[in-house]
Formats: sequence, structure tokens, C-alpha cells
Amino acid sequence: MLGMCPTLAVTGGMKPAMTMAAATAFVLISANIMISLIRGLLRPHLRILVFTLTIATFVTIADRLLAAYLYQMSKELGPYVPLIIVNCLIISRCEICASKQGVVTAASDAVGMSLGFALALASLATVREVLGTGTWFGLAVLPQSWPNWGIMVLPPGAFLTLGLLLGLAEWVGQKRRSGV
Amino acid sequence: MDTFITLIQIAVGAALINNFVLHYFVGICPFLGVSRRLGTAFGMGCAVTFVISVAAVLSWTFTYYILRPGAPLPQWVWQTLGGSSATTVDLSVLSYIMYIFVIAASVQFVEMYVRRFFPPLYKSFGVFLPLITTNCAILFACLEIMKHLQDPTKLWGLHEALTLAVFGGVGFTIAISMMAAIREELEMCDVPRPLRGAGIGLITAGIMAMAFMGFTGVDKGIENTLNLLMK
Repeated sequence: MLGMCPTLAVTGGMKPAMTMAAATAFVLISANIMISLIRGLLRPHLRILVFTLTIATFVTIADRLLAAYLYQMSKELGPYVPLIIVNCLIISRCEICASKQGVVTAASDAVGMSLGFALALASLATVREVLGTGTWFGLAVLPQSWPNWGIMVLPPGAFLTLGLLLGLAEWVGQKRRSGV
Repeated sequence: MDTFITLIQIAVGAALINNFVLHYFVGICPFLGVSRRLGTAFGMGCAVTFVISVAAVLSWTFTYYILRPGAPLPQWVWQTLGGSSATTVDLSVLSYIMYIFVIAASVQFVEMYVRRFFPPLYKSFGVFLPLITTNCAILFACLEIMKHLQDPTKLWGLHEALTLAVFGGVGFTIAISMMAAIREELEMCDVPRPLRGAGIGLITAGIMAMAFMGFTGVDKGIENTLNLLMK
């Protein structure tokens, strides 16, 4: 349940969702490596500030790169790229893992985390894009006669889909537990 | 009078039509995390509104004088150092780092001020203040203000920036209070077991977002009405 804002905001389609996942992965991995390298120098009361500033630096780099190479996508994502800075997922990984572990552990933790985040974004975006526009990554997957559920690509669809997906995951989990 | 109408449009837009939580999805963490009791939710809303206003004033000042393309201060420094006056100095690449500093500093400042001068208020919402630093709603307000300071032909003044921030905060308070009120009632209901907790909360938010879609176009209506009244 961390890093909710981008999860809901950019999952109207697969393309923005995957760009966002890539940008977040870049920031998460670089920030984790950096924090892990300087962990000996951290002072307890200033560490959150150092974390945020490191993250902000890498987010600026990611934002400039996106604007340079994927201008259209960067326009579409708008304020959600800078909002990666306040994504609780990254700060919590810096705090829990990178500030205590070596570089290799921190980097692999970040890779695993970003894959998980990408998977979550992908599942949400798949449901929303297929039901909302009948396409997946811009390719038509449903017949032309499919009435597009416009609401799914609008804000309410994000809340509804995530709520129902969480319920589904919980339901499967309960089934499995009671089966064992 | 035009200024007045613009301000009303910004206010209605920020509070209702493009509600920070239900349209832009910023501030979701406290929206779901601190909405179990109406009292605490309202306290959180007020704290956010307060911090957002302080941060907006500060970030407008920094953006206007230092960060925006062609801002007066770096331009002056550049020319004093012997640079040509035809060059536009653009420091906006520094803005994210600057905003984070501004937000962290204003949260600290507000916390100290409230603790010193309003102890009862500090007791009631002091616990939320550290949480607010990582609240995306505040950074989002700063970014919106920055967006309106990029184009030198139609710059936002301080009053416009402040209106956006205050009413954005009001919109957040409205949303989180409604959410808390609904959740208090939901505790009496028989919710299917897998959906309990976050699941039903998100579905409620989805239905609220649908209701808020009904506000689309209200700003245009207000503008027309006011224009008629002026005549």
C-alpha cells in the first residue's frame, strides 16, 4: 500500500504506466546505491532530508531525460514524474534497506522492489486499458463492437479497479489459507 | 473585476472540479490512512491546508524571483558577472530540490510556531505535521504554481497562487472529511470480508470521484452568472 499516487494516476494505459515504472525503477536503484555508498556519513536527525535530496536529484535527471527523449510521454505524465520524489516506497526502501546494507544488497533489493512495482502498475493498467478502450499497449484486443467503458480510464475507474483488485487478492489469499 | 472572476474560477477549480484527491490522486496516503474518525480527519485537513498555504507563498516567491526562466535575481547576477543581456537565465532545473527544501523547512517552521504559541492546537494536530512532509499534495501545489510561472506573457501573481493553494487544501479537507464520515457509518455495515479495510475504502473513493465529476463545467457557469450580474 505504498506509493499510491502514481499507481492510480498513470495507469489509464499500459504505455504511461510502463514509462512511469521505468522512471521509478531508475530513481529507486540509483538512490539506493547512492545512499548505501554514503551510509557511513549519515547523521540520524538529518537522514530523511539527505534521502529526499538524493531522490530529488535523481528525479530531476529522470525528468530531463524523459523530456529529451520521450517528449510526448513526458507531457502526458506531467506532474507525476516530479511527484516520484514523495513516493513513500523509495524513502522507505532507503530507510529500511539502503542505509543499513552494502551496495550489492541495496541494489538487488531496489531491482526486486521496482519489478514488484512494475507488476502492480501493469496489472492495474491492463484492466483499465482493456476495459476502457479495448486495447492493450495500443493494440486492439477486444472486438470493435466492444462498448468502451469510458469511466475506467477516468479517475473513478482507478479507485474502483484498485479496490476490487485488492479485494480479489485478499479473497485468493483467504481461500489458500483456509485450504491449507 | 476580471481578477475577481479569475480567482473564483481558480478556487472552484481547485476545491471541487479538479479536487486534489479525487481528480489528481495526490494526498491519497493520508486520505486512506487518517480517515477513520471524523475529528482527526478534519484536523489533518486543516493542517494540510495551513502548510500548503505557507509552502505556496514561499515557493511562489522563490520561483518568481529565482527559478523561472528570466527571473530577475539570476539575470542580474549574470549581467553583473559580464554575461550578455540577450541570454535568458533559466534555473528551473533546480526547482524540485528547492521545493523539497521549502516544504521541509515550512513544516518545521509551522511545527515550532504552533508549539510555541498555540499549545492546544499543537496537541490536536501536532502528530500529523511530520507526516505532511511526504504528502504529495503540497509538492503538487508547488508544481502547479511553477507551471503557471513558465510562460512570461501570463504570469500568475501571488494572489492567484495563494488562492489555488488555500482552496486546494479546502478541497482536500472536504474530501477527507466526507470519507471519514462515510467510513464511520461503514463500520456498522456487513462488508464482504475480502473487501474490508482498504478495498471498500477505495471503492467508496471511486464512487465519490464519480459524484465529483458532476462538478465539471461549474466554473464556466459561475463565470457566466457573474458576467450577467455585472451588466
